[in-house]
Amino acid sequence: MPAMTTEMDELVARAQEGDRAAFDELVRRTHADTYTLAYRLCGNEEDARDVVQDAYLRAYKGLKRFRGDAQFTTWMYRITANCANTLMGKRHKHRHDELPETVEDTDLARDPAAQADAMALRQDLSEALAELSPKLRAVVLLRDVYELPHEDIAAELGISETAAKVRLHRARLQLKEHLFPRRGEVDRAS
Amino acid sequence: MPAETGIHCHDVAAELSSAAEGHVPLSNATRSHVEACLRCQADLVQYRKLLRSLRSLRTEVLQPAPGLLPEILAGLEHAGERHAIRAVLHGRRAAYIGGIAAATAAGAAGAIVLASRSKRLKLVG
Repeated sequence: MPAMTTEMDELVARAQEGDRAAFDELVRRTHADTYTLAYRLCGNEEDARDVVQDAYLRAYKGLKRFRGDAQFTTWMYRITANCANTLMGKRHKHRHDELPETVEDTDLARDPAAQADAMALRQDLSEALAELSPKLRAVVLLRDVYELPHEDIAAELGISETAAKVRLHRARLQLKEHLFPRRGEVDRAS
Repeated sequence: MPAETGIHCHDVAAELSSAAEGHVPLSNATRSHVEACLRCQADLVQYRKLLRSLRSLRTEVLQPAPGLLPEILAGLEHAGERHAIRAVLHGRRAAYIGGIAAATAAGAAGAIVLASRSKRLKLVG
């Protein structure tokens, strides 16, 4: 087992026994990752911050229920997805969905020449993700980026497993069509 | 779109997207169709590229604004304090209810004793 995972497991065990400092350390180690998922799901910083705050409060209150059969980060992804889904549901009731801003790529200090194609594709992908409806975006992010099982995705989003699979297929299709438009569509667009 | 297989491109679209994950192989009928259909072959390649790109996003971590971490920790602190206050209040409430129950029980016992004494006095009289 990697040392990092063991350390995390120990922190989780201590936090479950009521050690607040251990839980704070878990937050320190995972908050950027949790924020990244929240930002990708919500599409803006303000909502992402609210979601992250809510997710850690829920994790803190429900820590005793965490059985450790998945990694702590994976458990946080599930809670974050659930919180984002709740927030987006509330937003949807109050106003129509706005197109979210494009998710910014972080500078990973890689060799720009070697990574040029991949970076260009990722940039296009970020734009394509931003154009998906929040429902489709949530499923494709949780499945294809964070590799959560279909049943977990369905449970956190409050939908059936079949609905999750249908949404996933639709999302992938829309992303593919955005990234690789057919020749005829390019000709028409130009 | 090869008609010989009896399958059309739209019939296999969902299966191509799942097969691109690499966990589930294509069914025989779909494989026969894809082998004869350039469009579906291209779709499969594109789905694989798409999934590779999506997976690569996992390694990218956005740096939140510096204020986020203290905000989360302060929220937890506040929740912890509320929990502690609630626990104390719950404890006090339990003691209060316990006290009332004990007093009621003592009162009832006293009433029974008094009633039995007065009965005995009446019988003697």
